[in-house]
Amino acid sequence: MESIIQGRVFKFGDNINSDVIIPGRYLIYIDKERLGQHAFEMLGEGFGAKLRSFDILVAGRNFGCGSAREQAATAIQGLGVKAVVACSFARTFYRNAINDGLPIVECPALYPVVAEGDVIQIDLAAGKIHHAGREHTFPKMPDSVRQILELGGLAEYLKAQLADEAHRAREG
Amino acid sequence: MTIAEKILSAKSGRSAVTPGEIVEAYPDLVMSHTATWRSASVMQRVGATRLYDPDRLAIVLDHISPAKTEKYAADQQASRNFARQYGVGKFYDVDAGIAHLVLMEAGHVAPGDLIVGTDSHCTIYGSLGALGTGIGYTEVTSVWITGRLWMKVPESVRITLDGRFSTGVYSKDLMLYLIGTLGADGCSYKSVEFYGNAIPALSVSERMTMANLAMEMGVKCAFVPPDLRTAEYLQARLTDARPYQPVYADTDAVYLEQVDVNLAQLEPMVACPHEVQNTKPIGEVAGTHIDQAFLGSCANAKYEDLVVAAGILKGRRVHPGVRLIVTPGSKKIMLEAMNSGVLQTLLEAGGMVTNPGCGACAGDGGMLADGEVCLSTANRNFLGRMGSGKSSIYLSSPATLAASAIEGAIADPRGFF
Repeated sequence: MESIIQGRVFKFGDNINSDVIIPGRYLIYIDKERLGQHAFEMLGEGFGAKLRSFDILVAGRNFGCGSAREQAATAIQGLGVKAVVACSFARTFYRNAINDGLPIVECPALYPVVAEGDVIQIDLAAGKIHHAGREHTFPKMPDSVRQILELGGLAEYLKAQLADEAHRAREG
Repeated sequence: MTIAEKILSAKSGRSAVTPGEIVEAYPDLVMSHTATWRSASVMQRVGATRLYDPDRLAIVLDHISPAKTEKYAADQQASRNFARQYGVGKFYDVDAGIAHLVLMEAGHVAPGDLIVGTDSHCTIYGSLGALGTGIGYTEVTSVWITGRLWMKVPESVRITLDGRFSTGVYSKDLMLYLIGTLGADGCSYKSVEFYGNAIPALSVSERMTMANLAMEMGVKCAFVPPDLRTAEYLQARLTDARPYQPVYADTDAVYLEQVDVNLAQLEPMVACPHEVQNTKPIGEVAGTHIDQAFLGSCANAKYEDLVVAAGILKGRRVHPGVRLIVTPGSKKIMLEAMNSGVLQTLLEAGGMVTNPGCGACAGDGGMLADGEVCLSTANRNFLGRMGSGKSSIYLSSPATLAASAIEGAIADPRGFF
């Protein structure tokens, strides 16, 4: 995962729930591409396709609330979205995004000043967002959690851990 | 320490923890439902071949039951094969019902337990004094393999309930009132503890509705501290004679916030489309036309809920313009309702009864067409959750649902007692 993420912003309001992000009928899929095809389709025909021309989602409070479905994070990645910046996240979405390798940032200061189409740059390692000549800071994730994200998600993290264990067993 | 702090410190081998701290906790139970095959596929993908402890797994195939497409059938087959291959004893197939209710009925949930699962409404386990919270399917795989997960110790909120519900008002109305007042993220990342002189009178079923709906204010977990009613419920169910130690908060526990509610002042509440926090007192929505009434879900399809609805529907008829769909929460509930005549009452009144499970709340039958309106006893009314993006879902108690099914429009149940 890259530490610097730059791109155009699409802006959502508060309480975007995981049913709206990906309807329950598509939870039979777990792959990014197929989930991405149906992401946000409840918001109208062509809405998901429109989102593909943006790189970063910016949202208000409680993004990803509702169902614990992990595919909400997967579907957003399936749209080609590189990161989500919100005033706050629902805890299940927060965990799922990390476990799915989708960078997420809590930065309430950005929300009121950013507009659709603006370009922002997120520096995950430094905990900073650059936008329109201004700099907004956000608290960095705990190291143990960031490690999961950096490896591309929990499955990759587990794989690395298991390989490590096997290696140690061979050496030991 | 608060209840959440005590359970998280016990499960992470610590003597004390403070809010904000991250601990490595070892859950007593990992629940996976319909999502089991996804976790099993991750296990394969990462190359793991051993579980930390098969006895800590519970699998319930609830969301789409029985399989309605070949894809669901294949997914369920993969889940069954996984359970067999790894010797998962706590396995419940498509006939059992909704995971949460099935696990509590079967005695797999005890006070002080830490339980994670592939469902946000795992908070319901707090009705028995256990810390339950939702995680995704990949994280379930991780807990299967390693036995643990990182958890942030939440801050706690104390909600004190005094007085008694008036006739026709239930814990569902209380929760809709709280969600409407505090908001969809009013208790985000928080642990909620319920206290007050109203608690002893509340049945375990009512408490389940409370801990379940608490999720809709963003909680990480919610608790009704165990009492005599809890002990009575558990005595009949903890068949494995598992010893348990109820966990209570210390008298000097620190709470972020205190909320007081007098139950006597509450009236029937309805959540309007398309957010649960969009709640209104019944008087403001009465008369809203409905096409479908869904009595189901882990929030309100317990035996007591069916009894309340049947009490109102007995000797009355469901409005000809309304489809009343009754989906009992579990097979045990269905059997009890069959033996007591409750199912007969619901059927004779004009309702239909489906197999137990998540049913229409999870899109398993009972879908809505463009422009249709459903009143539901479930816990979510999100846009398109039950079908068309041009349909609407309202949420209420089973009593309001029964009254509304008769009227053909959202109706105040207090006129039916």
